[in-house]
Order: sequence, then structure tokens, then C-alpha cells
Amino acid sequence: MSTAAPTIKTKTIDINVRHVTRLEGHGNIVVRAKDGVIEKNEWQVPEAPRFFEAMVRGRSFEDIQTVVSRICGICSVTHSFGALKAIEDAMDIKVSAQTSMLRLLTHYGEQLESHALHVGYLVAPDLLNQKSVVPLAASHEDLVKTVVAIHRVGNLVMEKIGGRKTHPIRLLPGGFSMLPSEADLRELMHELEDTIPRLETLAAAIADLAGGLPSFERETEYVALVNPPTYPFYEGQIGSTDLNTPTPVADFESVVNEYMHPQSTAKWCKWHRESYAVGALARYNLNADYLQPLAAGAAHSFGLKKGVCNPFLNNVAQVVECFQVVERSLQLIDVLLSTGITQERPRVSPKAGVGVGAVEAPRGILFHKYEFDEDGICTRANLCIPTNQNHANIQLDFEAFVPQIIDRDQDEVRHLMEMLVRSYDPCISCSTHYLNVEFV
Amino acid sequence: MIKPRIAIFDFACCEGCQLQIVNMEEELLSLLEHVQPVEWREAMSDQSDDYDIAIVEGSITREEDANRLREIRKRAKTLIALGACATLGGVNKLKNLFDLEEVKTAVYAESASLPILETATVQALHEVVDVDYRIEGCPIDAAELTYVIKCLLIGRAPAPPNYPVCVECKLAENVCRYDYDEICLGPITRAGCRARCPSNAFWCFGCRGPVDDPNVHAATQVMEQYGKTVEDLKVKLTLFGTQ
Repeated sequence: MSTAAPTIKTKTIDINVRHVTRLEGHGNIVVRAKDGVIEKNEWQVPEAPRFFEAMVRGRSFEDIQTVVSRICGICSVTHSFGALKAIEDAMDIKVSAQTSMLRLLTHYGEQLESHALHVGYLVAPDLLNQKSVVPLAASHEDLVKTVVAIHRVGNLVMEKIGGRKTHPIRLLPGGFSMLPSEADLRELMHELEDTIPRLETLAAAIADLAGGLPSFERETEYVALVNPPTYPFYEGQIGSTDLNTPTPVADFESVVNEYMHPQSTAKWCKWHRESYAVGALARYNLNADYLQPLAAGAAHSFGLKKGVCNPFLNNVAQVVECFQVVERSLQLIDVLLSTGITQERPRVSPKAGVGVGAVEAPRGILFHKYEFDEDGICTRANLCIPTNQNHANIQLDFEAFVPQIIDRDQDEVRHLMEMLVRSYDPCISCSTHYLNVEFV
Repeated sequence: MIKPRIAIFDFACCEGCQLQIVNMEEELLSLLEHVQPVEWREAMSDQSDDYDIAIVEGSITREEDANRLREIRKRAKTLIALGACATLGGVNKLKNLFDLEEVKTAVYAESASLPILETATVQALHEVVDVDYRIEGCPIDAAELTYVIKCLLIGRAPAPPNYPVCVECKLAENVCRYDYDEICLGPITRAGCRARCPSNAFWCFGCRGPVDDPNVHAATQVMEQYGKTVEDLKVKLTLFGTQ
């Protein structure tokens, strides 16, 4: 390359980011390069393992949701649903249409809260060259206040329906311990309506800054729930951009193919290639045809096309999804208010069986599988977390991306790699049931 | 007034208690007018070894983590344990009910011997270092954290409630969960949550730990009255590391 001046020939890059910041959990980036030759280029996950699959053994089916919700504070609703759906599958428990709608609404609340947090608090500082959102509160006060307001509404949905912002209380096998009032639903409707112009403000700000995102592309397999003609988060089968037909949820173990990698306390996954990706971009690539009008409009204004394979654009897809979940939430509330809330509390009798639940966490598809004995005591569990499914893909992105940027200044290389990791919105507490960055 | 320098750290946990700080929304912006965050990995890239108050979430599951916590303790004037994983051990302590090697094999099969998977008996923070203040709960209620910080700012000792959840539950006029044939840990669990779970028609699972001197006699009476055994209660007590 013409830029390879003699000074660069002798340059040593030694990056060792222990515990990448603005991430949920601990991950390390380790890069070592001498004279332009990359010697080490690793994504490592050293988070303390927590062993949830072992810990739930011996617990009653009534306690599983309470325990596994604690895998992750930021996707506690999704983990609860993974467990509840698996329990209901194992015990042939049917839920009412009202329960399904209220669960979906709670789930949309979590997507909105998590995406607002990730794009607004964790990624925006990268785009504005700041180390955190704290200085932005002064320099970009209106934008920060807009993000806070969107985030608050996502939380409010979870609180009004699930009983708490984090670690929902009311979600039970078969239904809810307590139902929201119609006044609660009307309050949510007004708050969600007010959220649309705020999302337009956020989208305009991100559109202005998205030009600063690297133009890196790498083809990979994308995996997400599919359920035509919807853009699913809560139900469907397993779709892949490498397959024309979906795979039943019950067969998820043949999809994830978990294996241990010495770089990581979290398991890694692969399906048709050496890696695959899950998350907002995967959902978009598989289901973009079924977006609601405002979400489709936002995608169009960002120039986001189906088949996009720039991982940095995951954050843009998250903004598109914020519109999607708000539009769908308003429709659900409309249906719930027109039919009225029916008071119902589930009474469930345990039975022996094996069940699987698949749901979309904000950061990608999540699988829970449990086996219960006749008393409803859990005897075996297998959980496969979205961030685990992305680890191998992050590593392969490193291997493709670092050679493209290695002639740049070390701080810039580090910054770009941190941004790459952050774009996946990794949730390492989940995935080790862990994350950390190291440039050596 | 000089703003105290605050650092937030996390060990094995779900990071849901830090999330409650973010969840303060607009109020967090005003809190930031009174304190200076100098390190908070989940939210900031800034790092510092110079801080007055360390807020620590999570429990200790490895020797390397115990050593890191001891370093934090040395540097901080005040150490606050944030949430059930830090104050009690939380759900992480469920692991202690099993043989450690068996737990590793159950999750990681033939890879269980990888050095990276080293794990030890789970400990709450006070089992490793001195803890000055505890914010109970899974997750915490941010109002309790702001209360403790306000106390520190004005030089007053925080006084957490030392009566059981039943007191707040009665004030909330809830029907007792035992009347629904459920096991509820309200009679022995420290209040301060405004009986959040029973108020949402769910039993108390003891995430705030026991009051200092639990009225075991009264709790036993409740169990007998409803035909439950102390054994039933003990199974629930293990959920959040209370016992």
C-alpha cells in the first residue's frame, strides 16, 4: 500500500483491553501486531461463569422464572418468557389470547428499553467522540433527554404489565399473577403515542451520525425467529438466511451446535458456516418485509436494505425496531381495550415432560430447554444465549476487519474494535451466563 | 461542596442493579449534579483508581475476584454492597448446594477442566471484606440507593428498616399469600420494598435477606396454622442465598 511508509513498517500494535466498557458483562480484546503482521487478534470472554443450568436442577417449575430471570438484568423479561414457554411446552399448558397479547406487549417494552439504552447511552458516545453519555448530558442535552424519555416508556410498559421494570413479578406459567387495569393500558397508550415523535428525533440524530460508522462488510449467516407475515419477537420457528425453510424450535440444539473455545468461558456456536449472527440485523434481514409503516419508513430513510452485512448497522436496525415495537404495542393496546381485560389467574398442575422455548431477546434469539419430573421438579436444563451465538461471529469479524485498519494509529484501532464489539449489543452476563476487551 | 468521587464495580451478577441506576431516568441527571462518577464500566469508558465511594454489585466466585475486591476496599473510603448478589450471594449461591466439580461438568461436560472455568464457593461481599452499607433487593430499588447517598452527602448514618415485609404488606392491605396456599417469606424478610411482590399477587422470595433478629417463633406459628412445615420454608430460603 502506498501508505506503508517506513515508520509504519516498524510499528508495533499492542492492544490489551481488559473489560471492554459500555457493555453488559466482561469481554477482552487482544491484538498484537509487529511490522504490519498480525500475531494475535482475539475476542476473549473471561466473565465468571455462573452455572445456571446446574443451579435450577431440583427447583420447582414455579421457581424457574424467578431464578433464570436473574441471568440478565437487561433481558430479564425475555429470559422469563424463554422459561415460561419451555415450561408450558413441557406440561402442555395453554395460555389465553389475552395472556399472549399482554406478554407480547411486555416483551415490546423490553425491546424498546434495551434498544434505547444501547443506542442512546452506550453507542451514541462513540459517534460523538465521548467516553460516556455523562458529558453528552451537557453537550447534547435535548438528545439525551429524548433518549431518557424513550427509555422510561419502555420501562413503564414492563412495570405496568410485568409488575416491575427489571425482573418481572407477575409472569407465571399459564398467565399472570395480576393483570393491568384498563387505566394502566390507557396511560401506556398515551405514553407510547408520545414516543413516536421522540423516536423521529432519535432517528434523525442517528441518521446524521451514521456516516461515521465504518463501511466494513462481511457476509455471514443470520439467524432469527420467523413467522410470516409478522416481524416476530415472541413466537415462530428458527429462520436462517442460508435456508429457505424454517427449522422447528424443538430442534434448536442442531442449530446452535455449542462448543467450548479456549478464549472464552462462554460457549460458542456455529451452524452452516464457521459462525452466525443473531440480533436486530438478523431479524431485519429475515423479516424486513413485515415491518409496520413507520418502521419501514425509518429503514428506508437509513438506506437499510435486506441482505445488509455490515455489523455496525445492527445499531441502526435497533432504531428501526424501536418504531416497530411502538407501532405494534399501540395496536395491541387497542385490541385489549376494545375487548376489555378478563380477570383470570392460572391454576397449573405439574406433569413430567421436556419443553423448549424460543424468544427474541433485544440482542438475538434465545433458547431455553428444561426437563421436569412428575412433581414439576426440574431435572435438566439447557440454555443457549444470543451473545454466545455471536461470539464466533465477532471473532471472525475481527479477523476480517483488523487487517483493513491495522495501519492506523493504535488508539484508533482499539476504538474501532470496541465499537465493533459494542455494535452487537453483547450481553456477557447472559452469555457466561459473561464479557471483557484486551489489545495486547 | 466537593462532589464525592463514585466508582461502580460488578462481579458475578446480572447487572440488573446497575440498571436500576440507569432506570432513575431524569432523576439520574440531577443525582449527577451532586456526585462525580469516575468509573462505571457498564456505562462509561473512563477509569480511575481514585474514588471515595465504591458501589459494588455481584458476588465473589473466584480467587481473582476476591483479590480485586480487596483492592477496591483498600482504595475506597466507603464501600456499598449493591443488591442481593452482593449482600447475600443471591441466586448465585444456589451453586453452593452442589458439588463444584459436578456443577462444572453439568454445564460444560468434557470441557469442564478448562482453566478458564475455575470457580469457587460463592461468597457475598461481607464474607471477603468489610462492607459499610448494604442496599438489599433483587433488583434494588433505586430510591434506597439515593437515600444512602443522600445520607453520606450530609454525613448522617442511613437506617434501613429492621422489621419484616409483613408489616408493609399489611399496610398495603394485601390478602396474605398463605391464604392462597403459598409459601411466603414475608414474615422473616427485611422490609423496605413496600411488599412489592405480594402487592403484585406473588409470594415474597426473600431477596432482601432476613431482619436482624427474625421472629422465628411467630414464623413457625404461621407455618403451623397453614399446614406448612419449616422444611417447606427452607427450600424457598435457599433461592436467594438467605440460608
